[in-house]
Amino acid sequence: MSESALTSSAHDDGSVAHPGYGTFVKVWLALVILTGLLVLMSHFGQGSAVWGLLLITPVKAWLVFYFFMHLKYEGPLLKVVVLVTLGTMLIFFALLFSDVAFR
Amino acid sequence: MSTQNTTLPPSYLVDTGSRKGLLAWLTSTDHKRIGLLYLGSMLTFFFVAVGLGLVMRLVQISPFEHLITAETYNALFTVHGVIMVFLFVVPGLPAVFGNFFLPILIGAKDVAFPRLNLASWYFYMAGATVVIIALFTGHGAPDTGWTFYVPFSLHTGTNVSLAVFGAFLLGFSSMLTGINFITTIHRLRAPGMRWFRMPLFCWALYSTAWVQILATPILAITLVLVILERVFGIGIFDPTKGGDPLLYEHLFWIYSHPAVYIMILPAMGAITEILPTFARRPVFGYKAIAYSSMAIAGVGSLVWAHHMFTSGLSQVAVMIFSLLTMIVAVPSAIKVFNWVSTLYKGSIDFQPPLLFALTFIFLFCIGGLTGVMLGALAVNVHVHDTYFVVGHFHYVMFGGTGMAFFAALLYWFPKMFGKMYSKKAIYASWFPIFIGFNMLYFTMLVLGVMGMPRRYFHHLPRFDTGHDIATVGSWILVLGLLMFFGTLVHALFKGEKAEDNPWGGVTLEWTIPSPPPQENFEEIPTITTEAYHFPQEEIG
Repeated sequence: MSESALTSSAHDDGSVAHPGYGTFVKVWLALVILTGLLVLMSHFGQGSAVWGLLLITPVKAWLVFYFFMHLKYEGPLLKVVVLVTLGTMLIFFALLFSDVAFR
Repeated sequence: MSTQNTTLPPSYLVDTGSRKGLLAWLTSTDHKRIGLLYLGSMLTFFFVAVGLGLVMRLVQISPFEHLITAETYNALFTVHGVIMVFLFVVPGLPAVFGNFFLPILIGAKDVAFPRLNLASWYFYMAGATVVIIALFTGHGAPDTGWTFYVPFSLHTGTNVSLAVFGAFLLGFSSMLTGINFITTIHRLRAPGMRWFRMPLFCWALYSTAWVQILATPILAITLVLVILERVFGIGIFDPTKGGDPLLYEHLFWIYSHPAVYIMILPAMGAITEILPTFARRPVFGYKAIAYSSMAIAGVGSLVWAHHMFTSGLSQVAVMIFSLLTMIVAVPSAIKVFNWVSTLYKGSIDFQPPLLFALTFIFLFCIGGLTGVMLGALAVNVHVHDTYFVVGHFHYVMFGGTGMAFFAALLYWFPKMFGKMYSKKAIYASWFPIFIGFNMLYFTMLVLGVMGMPRRYFHHLPRFDTGHDIATVGSWILVLGLLMFFGTLVHALFKGEKAEDNPWGGVTLEWTIPSPPPQENFEEIPTITTEAYHFPQEEIG
């Protein structure tokens, strides 16, 4: 059974959908590569390490949320809730940087 | 507003299960009983903190200035703040009246997660117990003030770690309540109870719950970091180890300023229930009030750094936070205008709950306007850390949340307990409460403008008169509080039986018996009208 077919049929009968092992392995490989990239960037100084953290870590977090934590297979309400939370956090970061960046 | 029940099970106050007495209460998952568990425990802590405040005022007048040591004074204002903020005003109206009335107001039999609801009370009691243990163990009660500012809180030998852990547990209680309320409102509204048919108290609880869920984890993490810093010296806040003490202030106020709205939004919601009932007309601007609750919750979460204007914040941040602070005054003012407009041309029935609701509006306006003054940098730098801030804070928290709590208690007391109190005695208690309150806290505003710093054990002779007035005011205020609660306790045991709808209210709680039966409704009601649908002939 294909992954998409599994997802739709699983939701129809109320059970929980799962991605295939292939997807898990691909996501895991992506996480390993991104971690390697992060380590590599940290060798080019503190500024590079901070930018690496700010740019790469959210992508890694998104992959974990989306596949490992099944956000991909949830309804729109839960996705909106996660987006509201992330949006709130980003606003907090921006306001914090209005202090730190101009101190 | 709804279909009515005919035969109902016994009152929630009657033990019908296998457990009886105290055990039945401590293991009950009935939202009404949990509301009363909160009420009893919160009022106990409230009076403890009132007692501490009274002692703090006493030592500011000459005959009693040697009553306690300066170190004890530091501990007293810390413990007074921690108890009042974390054990009374933050749980405040949601924990008591939210738990008791939210399911009834939306036509449900209970909250979405009744066991989680009971767990949140146990978290609350566990947190309170830890805070109290912190007062009497180790090297004494914390002396940092309720804000636990670093680096002092990292190095003081007093019992900061334990008190902070207590606040951490209390945060869990708050979050669990928030999750429960949001789920209840989304999932358990009665048929026909659309979003814009909900009583506005529910809207206030809903917006508060979002702030509880989004902001409280930040405090929890921050407090854990303080403990880790104290125990392991991780160096995230300590400047001697490369840490940033301003980061602590940011993280603390990211929670603690929205916490002010956690405290005041449900109070505003309760006032919005009371006014239409006693004006005999629908609330003016229903949607504006509902949206303003959400706007206060949203914008109010973005103004935290106005507590830090003198801490060395960047000028860019100061401008941004000053502007945002001004903006948050707009939805607050919308509510005040709508309350006054609700009363305009109403058929006013001047009952005790309305008296305290009007007192709330008056005192909250003073608190709000002094808050706008503090939001302006030019004023803030002059009165920062003076009695002006203490006066402002008490006008908002006590004059606002406290008075609304009293108004809500008077409004719903007959429904909660099935007993009616002496209205004359309540009117009599209002005078010392109002006079004492203003003598105490308005004098603090004046003292602050004169330059009296907060948290000082001794003061200069030129502040003597102000301190004398404030201290006498505190005695009058406490007298009023004793009269107020004495009247209610008397009513509990000797009060006349209350009618099901003594005020002529039109929301769902007034359609069921006083006190409410177990599971509230025999059949879930079907809602066919707006929230404040008064019969045409009664509309003023």
